[in-house]
This record gives sequence, C-alpha cells and structure tokens, in this order.
Amino acid sequence: MKYYDNLIFELSRPGRKGYELPANDFGKDAFDNLPADLMRQEAAELPEVSELDVVRHYTNLSMKNFGVDTGFYPLGSCTMKYNPKINEEVAVIPEFTAIHPLQDEKSVQGALELYYNLQKALANIAGLYEFTLNPYAGAHGELTGLMIMRSYHIANGDTKRTKVIVPNSAHGTNPASAMVAGLEVVEVKSKPNGSIDVEDLKPLLDDTVAGIMMTNPNTLGMFETEIMEIAKLVHEAGGLLYYDGANLNPLLGKVRPGDMGFDIMHINLHKTFSTPHGGGGPGSGPVGVTERLAKFLPNPKVKKNEDGTFSIITSGDSLGSISTFLGNFGVMMKAYAYILTLGKENIRNVGPLATLNANYIKESLKDDYLLPIEGVCKHEFVFDGLKDKSTHVTTLNVAKRLLDYGFHAPTIYFPLLFHESMMIEPTETESLETLDEFIDVMHKVAKEARETPEKVIEAPLTTLVRKLDETGAAKNPVLTYRHLLKENEKEAAK
Amino acid sequence: MPHTEEDIRVMLDKIGVNSIDDLYSDVPQEVIFKEEYDIPSAMSEIELRKHFEELGKKNQKLTIFAGGGVYDHYSPATVNHLLQRSEFYTAYTPYQPEISQGTLQYIFEYQTIISELTGMEATNASMYDGATATAEATFMMVASAKKKNRVLLSATLPDRVVNVVKTYAKFHGVDITVIPEKDGITDLDGVKAELEAGDVAGLIVPTPNKYGIIEDYSGYADLLHAAKAYLCINADPSALAVLRTPAEWGADIACGDGQTLGMPLSFGGPYLGYISCAKGMLRKMPGRVVGVTKDADGKRAFVLTLQAREQHIRREKATSNICSNQSLMALYATIYVALMGKQGMKELNVRACDGAHYLHDALIATGKFQPAFPGKPFLKEFVMKTDLDVEVLNKKLLDKGIMGGLNLGNGLVEFAVTEKRTKEEIDNLISLILA
Repeated sequence: MKYYDNLIFELSRPGRKGYELPANDFGKDAFDNLPADLMRQEAAELPEVSELDVVRHYTNLSMKNFGVDTGFYPLGSCTMKYNPKINEEVAVIPEFTAIHPLQDEKSVQGALELYYNLQKALANIAGLYEFTLNPYAGAHGELTGLMIMRSYHIANGDTKRTKVIVPNSAHGTNPASAMVAGLEVVEVKSKPNGSIDVEDLKPLLDDTVAGIMMTNPNTLGMFETEIMEIAKLVHEAGGLLYYDGANLNPLLGKVRPGDMGFDIMHINLHKTFSTPHGGGGPGSGPVGVTERLAKFLPNPKVKKNEDGTFSIITSGDSLGSISTFLGNFGVMMKAYAYILTLGKENIRNVGPLATLNANYIKESLKDDYLLPIEGVCKHEFVFDGLKDKSTHVTTLNVAKRLLDYGFHAPTIYFPLLFHESMMIEPTETESLETLDEFIDVMHKVAKEARETPEKVIEAPLTTLVRKLDETGAAKNPVLTYRHLLKENEKEAAK
Repeated sequence: MPHTEEDIRVMLDKIGVNSIDDLYSDVPQEVIFKEEYDIPSAMSEIELRKHFEELGKKNQKLTIFAGGGVYDHYSPATVNHLLQRSEFYTAYTPYQPEISQGTLQYIFEYQTIISELTGMEATNASMYDGATATAEATFMMVASAKKKNRVLLSATLPDRVVNVVKTYAKFHGVDITVIPEKDGITDLDGVKAELEAGDVAGLIVPTPNKYGIIEDYSGYADLLHAAKAYLCINADPSALAVLRTPAEWGADIACGDGQTLGMPLSFGGPYLGYISCAKGMLRKMPGRVVGVTKDADGKRAFVLTLQAREQHIRREKATSNICSNQSLMALYATIYVALMGKQGMKELNVRACDGAHYLHDALIATGKFQPAFPGKPFLKEFVMKTDLDVEVLNKKLLDKGIMGGLNLGNGLVEFAVTEKRTKEEIDNLISLILA
C-alpha cells in the first residue's frame, strides 16, 4: 500500500464543504449586527474538505497506529488489556450520551444509579468505604487523594504535616501530584529487591509527615511483604497511607488495598477495568477512602435516598470540587459493563491469570535477559536489559527491534532503579500462544544482539517511519501547521 | 481470559510452582481476600444490553434550551464512525513514535486547529476539562510571573470553573481574588484597584461570559502587562470561529472547554480542556506537546517533544502532574472541525446566534420576560428576568420533554440556543410558556 503522508490542511480547497446545516429561517440579522470590534479580525485557517476527504484521511491515519487490537502491547505499568466491544456499544446508548449534566435529577436517574452502583462496586473490590468517580485520570486521582490527606490533617488542626513520603521507585506522577497538592516530597529508599526499606522509613516518620504514597505490588512487580508493618508504623506516626492503583490488576480476586491498611487510593479504570486508553485518554481515576475520610471527598457527590431515588449533593466538609461535573461519565459506563460481565465469580481470576502470564514470560526469558530480582513477581516484572552486556545493545535497541517484529515495546528506562530497565506487563487477556510468540521474538532479538548487533542497533528497520530526530524536534519546536509552513518557506529560501 | 486448564498446567510447570495460589505465597495470609465480592453475578451480553437499556429508560432525552458551559451542538455522523477505529482508541500515549504516527499526527492537527481558533502560538495535546485547564493556566501565570502569588478571576467566569480553580489554588498555595461583576460584565475598576498591590500574577476573564455576554476587553492586556502580569482568556472554542480571539485581545494564555466542538453531552464527560499560549510561555505549559521532525530516511514524522517539562522526567519539579489527558476527545474535536470547516464553523454560530435572538425576542413578546442585561451583546446564550416561578415553569416543560433555561435564582433564567434548535422547537417552547 502507498505510504500516506498528508495533513488535513494540505487537502484543503477553498469553498469545499463536509457538512450540511438546515437553512437559517429565523428571519433575524442578529449575528450581522453584533459589534464589529467584538468579532474576529482575521479568519481562522480551518480545513475546507469533503466528507470523503475526512473519512479517507483519518482512516489512513488510523492505519499508522498500533493498538491493543493490532497486537500484543506489554507496556509495563499501563495494563494494556483487551477492551471488550460490548462495552463500547452500551456506552453509546443515546439515553446516556444525549443527557445534559444540568438536567433535573428526576430525568437522569439511570445515570445517577450507574454512578452510585459503580462507586459501591469499586468500594467493595477495594475494601474501602466510599469512592468518588469525579477524577479524570490516575494522576488526577492522586492529586485528589492527596487533597483528601491534607484536608484530614487540617481538619485535625495538624497543619504542620506537609511532607509526603514517596519511594524512589515510584511513578513520576506521585511526586508531581504531591507538588501540585502543596506537599513536600521526601524520598524513602528501596532495598535491592525493590521493596521499601523499613529501616530507612522509620526515621522519616515524624509529626511533619502527612502520609506515604505506595503501590503494592511495587513498580518492580514485587509484593511489599512488610506492608502490614509499614501501615502500622505510618498510622502510629499519625500519617495516612495512599495506594497508587496503577498496579491494582494482580490483586483483583486476591487482595483488597483497604485490608492492607491503606486509607486512600485511586483506581485507573483504563487499566484495571478495561476501558480503552484512547491514545492517552480519556481515562478515569476514581478515588476511594476509609469511612473517617469520606466527608472530605470532592463535590459533587451522588447519594442514594431512602426512597431508592438518587440525588446530586454537595457537602461543606468536602475538599471542594476538582471537576466541572461528575467526571468522565462515558468512561465509567464501560468500566461498569466490564464489572457486570465478569461478575463476582470471574473477577477472581483477573489478578491470578495476569500474575501467571507475567511469571511465565519472566521464567521463559531470564536465560537471555538480566533478571535483577529473583522470586515470583505479580502482574509485571523488570529486566535490566540483555544479560550479555558485551554486545552493547541497549534496552532502547531491543525495544525498537520488537516493533519490527509486530509487538509494542515494553515500558523502558522505568523504574529508575536500574540503568537498562525493561518493564513487561502482559495482562490476563493474552493467550499462551501470544506469550510464546513474544518469548520467541525476544530470544531471537537476543540472538541477533550477539550475532548481528548492528541490525538491532539500527532498528526499527521495517516500521512506517524509522528512527526519529527527537533532539531536532525539541530544539526547533514546530507545533502547528502555520509553523510548518514558515519552516518550509525558510527551507525553500536556502 | 483465554486460558485453558492445559495452558495453565504448562505455564505453572515452566514457572516451577504447583498452583496459581503459590504465586501469592509471599502475600501475608491475613490480607488474602477469602470472602465473596458484593457485586452481581456474571452477565451475558444479552443480559448486559438489557440491563443498560433498563437503566437508560430512567433517563430522559430532552429538547435542550439550556447551556451553562455545556451546549447541545450538532455533530456529523462521520465523527463517531471514525472515532470507532480501534487503532486509535485501543492505543496508549504515543511512547513509541514509529508505530504511533496516527495518534501523533492527529494531536498535531488538533494543536493547529485550537491555535487557529484561539490565535495563539502553541497548544498542548489536551487537558481534562475546561475547569482544570483554567486551574493549570492559573499556575502557569504564577510560575511565569516573578515572585507574585495572586491571580484575579472575574466573577463572570462560570461558577464551576471558579470553584475548581479555588480548590487547586487552596492546596497549591496560590491566592485567588474574585473581581466583582457590574451589570453582567467584569468590573474593570476592580481589576485596576487589585493591580495596585503589585502582587498579581495575572487575570482570567471569560468570552462569552457565564451570562452569555460577549465582553469588551479593550485595554485589558496593556493594563495587565504594564503591571507585569498576564492576561488569560477562558473562551468557548466554537464561538472563537467568529468572536475576537484571545490573541486579538492581547492575551498570553487561552484556555477553556472543548465540549462545544460537537461533543456529546454525555452527562458531563468525557469532553476536553484546552490550553494555548504565546511563544514566551511555552516552556511553562503543562501536558504533552507534539512537534514535527524527520525520520532516519528524511520522511516527515511527528513526535512528543519538549518533554523536559513533564512529570516522568522532572518528577516533583514538573510544571504539572498531568499524564493521561483526553486524547481521543482531541481526535473528536479535530475530525469535527475538519468536517465543519472554515465555512461551517461560522455558519453554525450565525444560525445559533439568530436562533437565540429569535427566542429572546419571542420571550419578550410574551410579556412575561425582560432582558436581564439590556443592550449587552450575546451569541447563543442569554439571561432573562421574569416574574414567573422558574421552577414551576421548568417542571412543566420537563413533562413535555423540554429542558428549559437554567434557573439562576431571583427570577433570572438563562437560555441557550444552538444551531440544532429549529424555529418549530422555539415556537413550541413559547406556546408552552404561554399555555
């Protein structure tokens, strides 16, 4: 097939149209009478294309993309599981997509019931008391959770608690969310096996600590076995435990964060609950808390009344609002459909099979790839690059070579604990055959690294575009078509 | 989950354990969940579909005459069809650009379209919603202004936006002052008075404002810049196809909610937030940005760029904590604007404006309504004053399948008319009001 390289703006022809609106029969010239100095002075250069132009253009663009539906996507920490199609269908029922967020409560009872039921289901699955579904994404959930943490201490008059402890292996959003929430980050060291060093934690736990942010299993996919001890220490010091739900998937059916002593957590519905990642959103990052923290949850909230109807309420104790309305409602519908499809029976298998898949890959590849930490992992694990370091083939090279073989690359250079991190998360929805194909290719790449390293270093060789000049892009940012036209003029003048 | 008994056996053998439970032997027994989950039993597709249909019946699809920041715009069928390409929606953030050119290119097109609408130099790959984008714009101004920690918000910004900004600011430690309104518009004297203190990093004003009024911001940018502060305009991007742009008002930042670019109402989300800025503020802008580059063979290609600002590199020193945004909705906006195009974006605003004025004049003709802010220009939304009991009126309309104007209290009611509303629908609304 021919390589497609057009921008929608390059297809534009003056006077071409891709829409039809009804005739303007209001008999008014109100628009023409608006004051001229309040109107746009220079027209926006928007595309002028036909419907077919648009359809072909975006269909062609879609073919330059790799998704879970295209192939195996073992991107560690992102839980790229299959997104069942029925969820997409039920989420576009017009009775849900055509309702206005400010409609009378009476006319949106179905939507409120869904919000409430999903909130309840998540609370049960997490072992917590109540959830808000308002946060739009994982990082937004973290921010909301930390606001709850601060609100709790402030309500207790404990205003000097301004520090939050974050492991040095944590996701980048953890310290960034703490910064946005006005908290100071204190790093706690990890032991060589990646878990929190309890001895390093103890001296940090003074009366300025608001809490700790953790994920369990941690970013190396290892279960924090001393979690109960950590919870006890943090609680005794007056702090709260925040659970980063990015790694919740292996615990479905096995462990509930609330039962490990966590007070606050967020869930990424786009990871654990199978809503599509959408090329980077919309996600949804519900936040759950224990009973004593429930009053601080953000406004608005959905309440079930005694007569079985539902209402939208705001409360004075709440930390305030963090979203315009009730969050990414359309995403919640898909997560709710996922939970109902699995039901209480099958949800038990999610974590165990995700863990089985991860351990199977780990054991199958540790002959060629350096496994820094032995022992069973959970849903994901980390290799520190190729075992044979003499080839000078890096993790980046391996990742790019995988693209040639039709796989998405793992998460690379994260966590920061190793120089050549390669984080693999297969999820429970992949079959043994897919895992075996991946394992074969990983072995093949290791063999190539030994025999023809230049081939791996030059990869990708067969993708639609090859290695990109990222430095040039950052040095001279061309961020719009207008910039691009200027650049092209400059080039032509040379 | 595709695992057969045989698969599981093969895999356990390879791992060298006897059972899946053994993979959890490191987990303390006391935290293993042994009870049954309190959720319903598994549903088949048939049951699930029925369940959602039943829930849907408890919602009411209405003919909508209200806005409040969310508008019932028309969207061509093509948008939803293209959005269902699963190569788009089952991908994640384009970390591997060689196999993500589709996502990267539509983000570039989105950045271009929003920059064209706002008139600003650069736009990021999207934010969560208009309110959180405004909160991030607040932080951008504080980060860019030297040693100034106060931001002014006009009281004519939508209340929900003000509330979210206040929440973010409270925790982040930024001071907020709300500038009062006068006759439905920002009180410029109030702005001048606050600027005298010398601690103001910037001002945020809306266009159109929460009453639908198109405010005149002549002189605002000069005033702010003279005080070494920034001007940010929260704008409806659909209206910017015809209204004076943030860039034309001299603003440094534009932000707002993308819902008006044809997005389904969806009970409040997903929509998107956008943020655009002048060149000088680019490195303080939150979120992901896509730029043009070349591949090893010289082919044009797209890549995430300026990542040194972001959380995964800078951690607690990042400009923002945002990671996932509303990417698929950015695709929605891009396809929508591509279809409506240069002409359509204007035509829909003309039609909405004429329709809104038709309703406005018809309401006055009933003898029961008067304009709340006489003589103030508006596009598709306006506020009326009435002696009628608005709550009673709206209940009556609801029974007829109509969402009436928003009840602002004190006899004020705010109507919105988009290009989707017909003359017949408006005439019907009027006759129901008179009935």
